[in-house]
Amino acid sequence: MARKLKLRIWRGDSTSGGLKDVTVDVNDGEVVLDVIHRVQAEQMGDLAVRWNCKAGKCGSCSMEINGKPRLACMTQCASFGEEETITITPLRAFPVIKDLVTDVSFNYKKAMEIPAYEHPKNLAPGEARMEQIDVERSQEFRKCIECFLCQDVCHVVRDHEENKKSFAGPRFFIRIAELDMHPLDMLKNRKKTAQEEHGLGMCNITKCCTEVCPEHIRITDNAIIPMKERVADQKYDPVRWLGSKIRKREGIL
Amino acid sequence: MTLERHKYDVLVIGAGGAGLRAAVEAREAGLKVAIICKSLFGKAHTVMAEGGAAASMGNANSNDNWQVHFRDTMRGGKFLNHYRMAELHAKESPDRIWELETWGALFDRTKEGKISQRNFGGHEYPRLAHVGDRTGLELIRTMQQRIVALQQKDARDHGSAESFIKVFAELTITDILKENGKVAGAYGYYRETGADVLFEAPAVVIATGGVGKTFKITSNSWEGTGDGHALALKAGASLKDMEFLQFHPTGMVWPPSVRGILVTESVRGEGGILTNSLGERFMFKYIPDVFKDKYADNEEEADRWYTDQDNNRRPPELLPRDEVARAINSEVKAGRGTEHGGVFLDVSKRISAEIIKKRLPSMWHQFYELAGVDITKEAMEVGPTCHYVMGGVDVEPDNAAAIGVPGLFAAGEVAGGMHGSNRLGGNSLSDLLVFGRRAGMGAAEYVKSNGDNPVSQSTIDAASARIEAPFKRSGGENPYALHQELQEVTHNLVGIIRTKSELDEAIVKIADIRRRSADVTVAGDRKFNPGFHLAFDLDNMLLVAESSAKSAVLREESRGGHTRDDFPGMNSEWRQVNHIASFDGVQVNVQKKALPVLPKELFDLFDPHELEKYMTPEEMSKGGSN
Repeated sequence: MARKLKLRIWRGDSTSGGLKDVTVDVNDGEVVLDVIHRVQAEQMGDLAVRWNCKAGKCGSCSMEINGKPRLACMTQCASFGEEETITITPLRAFPVIKDLVTDVSFNYKKAMEIPAYEHPKNLAPGEARMEQIDVERSQEFRKCIECFLCQDVCHVVRDHEENKKSFAGPRFFIRIAELDMHPLDMLKNRKKTAQEEHGLGMCNITKCCTEVCPEHIRITDNAIIPMKERVADQKYDPVRWLGSKIRKREGIL
Repeated sequence: MTLERHKYDVLVIGAGGAGLRAAVEAREAGLKVAIICKSLFGKAHTVMAEGGAAASMGNANSNDNWQVHFRDTMRGGKFLNHYRMAELHAKESPDRIWELETWGALFDRTKEGKISQRNFGGHEYPRLAHVGDRTGLELIRTMQQRIVALQQKDARDHGSAESFIKVFAELTITDILKENGKVAGAYGYYRETGADVLFEAPAVVIATGGVGKTFKITSNSWEGTGDGHALALKAGASLKDMEFLQFHPTGMVWPPSVRGILVTESVRGEGGILTNSLGERFMFKYIPDVFKDKYADNEEEADRWYTDQDNNRRPPELLPRDEVARAINSEVKAGRGTEHGGVFLDVSKRISAEIIKKRLPSMWHQFYELAGVDITKEAMEVGPTCHYVMGGVDVEPDNAAAIGVPGLFAAGEVAGGMHGSNRLGGNSLSDLLVFGRRAGMGAAEYVKSNGDNPVSQSTIDAASARIEAPFKRSGGENPYALHQELQEVTHNLVGIIRTKSELDEAIVKIADIRRRSADVTVAGDRKFNPGFHLAFDLDNMLLVAESSAKSAVLREESRGGHTRDDFPGMNSEWRQVNHIASFDGVQVNVQKKALPVLPKELFDLFDPHELEKYMTPEEMSKGGSN
C-alpha cells in the first residue's frame, strides 16, 4: 500500500532558511500531517511543526501547502498527483520562528483589542431566554477554531506589514460580528468601532478568507458585508443618524 | 545567560477548561496568576469535547435534579467514586453552566429559549448542555474570552493587561519545586526557544488533563502525556486508582491515520445504532444485570424510547461507555467485526440528513473529509479508543488540594476520585468547571496564610541540569522509537482486557524502557525541537504507565475501566478499596486505602436493592455513615 511521496519542506529560522527535499512513505488515507510526522520520526527529529488534535478541531497545524493556506491534518495526500512534489512552507503573513512554526502573537494582540462581551446587568445566571434562530447567527462565527488561515491569506496584511497596526483581520471581524449579533450583548457601536478602530474599511471583499476557512464560515457574506452595509447606512442616512442619537440620549438603544 | 524569573501568587499549569476556570477564580479573589499552556492559548484538548456538559438544569425534563445526577454518576463509576466529589459536582454544575452564559457562551436552545439538553449514555434524563457537537470549543473559547475580559479590565484599572493574569504559551513545566516541605513554584522551558524559566509561587494548580498518548490508539492529542500526573508524583503527591482508563467505545478505525479519533457519543444519543458484520444489533446481548431494569431488551421498546421516554426503557447503545466498549471488543474478537476491525455505527436510518448536519455537523465533516464517508447515507466504522483516565491526583474534594503536598492543587482530568471506575459522557466538561473553580478558590485560600516561599539556588540548579541532560548524552536511543515501544506495551498488555501474566510482563517492559529512556539523546538544539520535547513527555508517560500497570495487577476484579480476564466479576470487597500510587524516586509503589464510606443521607438516595448489587451485606446493614 505504501508509496513514496516527494516533499519540499521549508527549514530554517528568522535569519535564514530554504526548501529541503525529502522522500517519505505514504499510506492510504494519510494526510499531510501524517507524513510530516513520519519525516520527523525517521529523518528530521528536530523538524518544528505545531499540531494538536489532528481532527480539524483545534486549528494548530496551519501552514501553506503548495502555496495555499491549509490545515495539514485535513489535507489528504491522495489529493495530489502520484508524481507531484508537495511544497510545504510556513504561514507567510507571520514571522517564522523555526521551520513550519510561525509567531502568531499578532492575533492574540488583536483579540485583546476587541471589547469583551457585556452581559445585561439585571439578568441573573439562568434567566437568559434566547430563540435558537437568534443564537445561530453568532454560533456560526463561534465555530471559528482560530487557525488564522484567514489572517494569513488576507492580502491587506499578507504582504503589507505596515497595515497590521490598524487592521484586525477577518478572524476578528467575525468576532465583532458575533458580539454585534449576540442577542444579549449590551455594548453599543460595535460596527462603528469595527470601521473606525479595527480597519473594517480596509477590506475590499475579495473573499479569500472565506475560501480558506476550514470551518466553512461565510466570513465575507455573513459578517463583513452586513457590517459594512450597516455602517454605511448609519453613516449616510441622516434620519437614522438622528434617530440613533435621540434614542441613545433616552437610554433606549 | 541569566535565568528568566517570575513571581506569582498562583501558578496554573494547563490552559484547558479546568486551568482557565481556576485562573478566573484566583484572579477574582484578587491574586496574581500565571497560566501555563503547553501549546497556544485556546488549543487545549478541551476543544475536542463534543457532546456537552452534564448539569441537572431540568430544561428538557423537569424531573431532573442534583440527586438524580448524583445517582447516575455513582452508578456510572460503579460506586468507586469519591461520594463528596460526585455530590459537589451534581449540585454545582448548573450554576457553572449558567455562569458561562453571563460570559457570552451561546448554547443551543429549547423551544422556551432555555439551554437545550441532550441524552447521553448513563444519564437518566436529557442533561447535556451543548452547542451542536462542538461544546468543548464553546467552553474553552468562552473561558479564553473571559480571561481576555479580565485582562482588559486590568488594563483599565491597573495600567497593564498582564498586571494580574499572564498567559505563558508554548511552555513546558518539568518540575514542581518545593522548599521546606511546601510548594515554592515550578521550573520549565519555553518550547520556542528552549530557554529555561523559573516561576516562584506559593500555590500551584495542576490542570494538565490526561494520559492518552501513553497508548497506541487514543483520542487524545500529543499533549495528553500525563505531565501533571508525573509532576505531582515527583512532588510527593499520590495518584489514585490509575488502573481505571476509559476506552471510549467509538473511535474512528479507518483510515489508519485517523484511528482513535473520537466519534461523539451524541451520535448514539441522537439515535445511532450499533451493528456487527452480520447486521445484528448486538448491544441487546450485553446488558449487565445491574442495568437490566433501565435498558430495553428488544428493538421495539428501544425505538419507542426516542419518542416516549416515560414508558419505555433506554436503548442499550446508551449504556455507560465501559459496557459498550467491552461489547464492541467482544464482537470484533468473535469475528463479527468490520473489514477494518470495528463495528458499524449508523445514524442515517433514524434521522434525516438535514438534522444530522445540524446536530452533528463536525462528525459529518470529520467523516466526509477524513474517511470519505457520508454519515447521512452510510454507516461509520468505529471501535474503542483510549479516551480518558479516571485515575489521578488524590485530592481533597472541597478545595482540590493534593493530599500530602501543601500548596499543590489539581483539577479536571488530572485529578482522581470524581468518576470512580468509569466516567459518564458529559461529566468531564462539568467536572472541569466545578473543580477548576474549587481549585482556584482552594489556592486563593491557601495563599492567604502561606506567603512567599523562595526557591533556593540548589533547587534551581537541579531542575536546570535535568533539562540540559538530553543534549549532554550521546549514543542513546531515539525518543520517538521508545515512545512507540511504550505504546505497543500499553496497548497489548494494559489495554481493555487484562490478565495478571500480561500485566506482570508490562511492568518488566516498562521498567526496561524507563531504564533506556534515561539515556535518550536528541538531535538538533533547544529551539522548537520536538525530539527534545518528547524526551520529557516520555519520562512522564513512563511514570503513568508504571502506575497504571502496577495498580491494575493488584486489582483482582473487573469494574468500569478495568477488565481482568482472570477476574471477570465485580467484587464488593474490592469496591471498598482505592489504590494509591506514590513514587520513591526510583519506582512507583501502590498501596490500598479504604474508600470513604457513603454518608447516610446519600446512601438513602438509592433503592437498597440497587446498592445490594455493589455493596457487601455488612455495608448494607450499616446503611451508610453518620
